[in-house]
Amino acid sequence: MELIATLKLIEIGDEIEVLSTDKGTAADVPEWVAKVGHEMVEVVDHGDHWSVVVRKAK
Amino acid sequence: MGNRILIVGGGLAGTIIANGLCRQLGTQLRKGDISITMLGTSDKHLYQPGLLYVPFGKIRETELFRDQRKVLDKRVPYHIDPATNIDVDAKKVTTQSGKVHEYDYLVIATGSRLMLQNIPGMEEGAHWFYDLDGARKMRDALNEFDGGKIIVNVNVPHKCPVAPLEITFMLYDYLASKGVMDKTEITYTYPIGRLHALEPLAEWAKPAMDQNGIKYETFFNTKEVDPAAKTITSEEGETLDYDLLVTIPPHNGAEVITDSGLGDGGWVPTDRNKLLREGSSDVFVCGDTTNIPISKAGSTAHFEADTIVDNLVSLMTEGRWARDYDGKVFCFVETGMSTGTYVWFNYTTPPNPGAPSQMIHWFKLAYNRLYWLSARGLL
Repeated sequence: MELIATLKLIEIGDEIEVLSTDKGTAADVPEWVAKVGHEMVEVVDHGDHWSVVVRKAK
Repeated sequence: MGNRILIVGGGLAGTIIANGLCRQLGTQLRKGDISITMLGTSDKHLYQPGLLYVPFGKIRETELFRDQRKVLDKRVPYHIDPATNIDVDAKKVTTQSGKVHEYDYLVIATGSRLMLQNIPGMEEGAHWFYDLDGARKMRDALNEFDGGKIIVNVNVPHKCPVAPLEITFMLYDYLASKGVMDKTEITYTYPIGRLHALEPLAEWAKPAMDQNGIKYETFFNTKEVDPAAKTITSEEGETLDYDLLVTIPPHNGAEVITDSGLGDGGWVPTDRNKLLREGSSDVFVCGDTTNIPISKAGSTAHFEADTIVDNLVSLMTEGRWARDYDGKVFCFVETGMSTGTYVWFNYTTPPNPGAPSQMIHWFKLAYNRLYWLSARGLL
């Protein structure tokens, strides 16, 4: 939800990093990004949290 | 450190802080050692959660409002003169009338506002209950509704995150008792891949919707509404028909926040424990205004405000911090027209909704009146 809200506030081409302890985030975000047409930059498992980076594409 | 406290915003957050400070700093206020001033936008204080009941005719509109000057401690000058610029470097706030208020401590509690205009066609094509005018129109539409497709459409960001679930289950009960549910299809749309941002609530809501035949679409972020064709389309490419569209509108923070360069979207970057504006040691932020990724709700504002009161008093009288905010939120959840449950959670404890009961629904109805004690800093 925070990712979607923040994507509305940034410019096309900007990247946003989501830090989440919810493992569902690592699976849900790439699925949604593919569906809506933004770009996945990376998903990194840091052990106690996930880092998910998305680039705004439209 | 000086002694002038300025509170920008006359909603629940600012009001609890003002009243709470007065309760603890009575001696200093009497001697004139400190001052507390509030800037607001209206002479009325609105109990926002009560709007949920308006479409169903289940609350008297007079119960939604009190005079702000009566809710607020008499020792706090209240100016209906909205802030137009907040200068945290010069420590002063300029208002619509051109007055300049200097401060030693600032509390920003300017809340959030509906941004229906951000989605093409939404204002013309949808109903909503997040303001009184919208809730009245939704009540009239429900009176006339005799069956068809209803969409409950959720947008981000929005305040009161349980309200979309509440309105869905209340609509079901209302239409069932009206005898038109067998001719009605309710579809709930949500922006992410489950039915609620809080996973335990999503898991709780799914079987409850399945049981009542309520449909749902996830990963649905609204792109546009076509009021003539009565369709709503998502960024993800789905288009749904509707006869009655009920939207949870997207929100932004107050214009003065963006105009003052204090935060994109009107949300102020805020330390989640101290509730200080990031980069400031004398600017507290409370309620919807923060950018903290937790519920934007009266309950959040309430528990944050309690923390800020304790810390401000402690800082001013003893020069030390009293405690951290732990992310505590408590929300009633109406699960129909006659049952309810509740959730509480904080930064480390996820919510765990219990079985709905009539007693909790009644407690919620009681809280609709007890709210005014919260605003006064008594509850």
